[in-house]
Amino acid sequence: MKSAIILFPGTNRERDMAAALKRATGNTPQIVWHGDTELPDVDLVVLPGGFSYGDYLRCGAIAANSPVMPEVIAHAEKGGYLLGVCNGFQMLTETGLLPGALMRNANLKFVCRDVHLKVENTQTPFTTAYAPGQVIRVPVAHGDGNYFADSDTLDRLEGEGRVVVRYCDAKGELTGDANPNGSQRNIAGILNEKGNVLGMMPHPEDMTDERQGGLDGLGLFTSIGTAA
Amino acid sequence: MKARVTVTLKKGVLDPQGKAIHGALSTLGFDGVEGVRQGKLIEIELDETNRDDARRKVEAMCEKLLANTVIENYAIDLV
Repeated sequence: MKSAIILFPGTNRERDMAAALKRATGNTPQIVWHGDTELPDVDLVVLPGGFSYGDYLRCGAIAANSPVMPEVIAHAEKGGYLLGVCNGFQMLTETGLLPGALMRNANLKFVCRDVHLKVENTQTPFTTAYAPGQVIRVPVAHGDGNYFADSDTLDRLEGEGRVVVRYCDAKGELTGDANPNGSQRNIAGILNEKGNVLGMMPHPEDMTDERQGGLDGLGLFTSIGTAA
Repeated sequence: MKARVTVTLKKGVLDPQGKAIHGALSTLGFDGVEGVRQGKLIEIELDETNRDDARRKVEAMCEKLLANTVIENYAIDLV
């Protein structure tokens, strides 16, 4: 599988993402500068985590209007796979490719720790390697991960199986305590209508090597590798 | 011409920063505060002289970048 990672000023998770993709698929992704106006021919484009443009104005807002972004949107519209993690998820909501918005964490604290996620839908190109309802452990590191959408949008996302991962406790219970940022309905990651664009706040790329503490995140990348 | 754009969170959208400010005001002994909402103020210098054109231009800026209309409202003052 061929992939590209977009690099913005302030991005800091592109190396972890590249290493995870290499581990899962055997291929090294290309790094594309945000100021470029062309994308290489790839199956997957990744918007990685970090603090693009210093989180000025709103997280992801300025990156969402970068020169490369029309090409990223065109890639998604053609059916290409697009993954946004953390700051990348914020960019996806800012472009309108995914509904809703990521707001300041409800407790106003930057949260940096492992969380448990329940894989709610394994029929997506990003999650086929997981078992339905499987609980995985991956890190989060964000100050603005509080997922917000109006209740009609939330109902539609749930009805269409587009809530892909939710925050849960180690047993898979969707409790308030397990929710690190106040996200509505414990939502950690969502899919677009067509099923080729996934945005999530947690960092699966940082749980793809035993030296990182486990391999729970690897399945996401092997899934895309299989789908592409 | 200068445009002053005020961006505020929509009603019903949780504003933890506003709540924190409210709490701090109470701690400082300011009674009678019923609620606090925090927003942003953006000032834009324009070379426009026509007010209608200026407003149209700033509206487009708000829709495209300055506000996220999923969660925020905006108001434009031309000064």
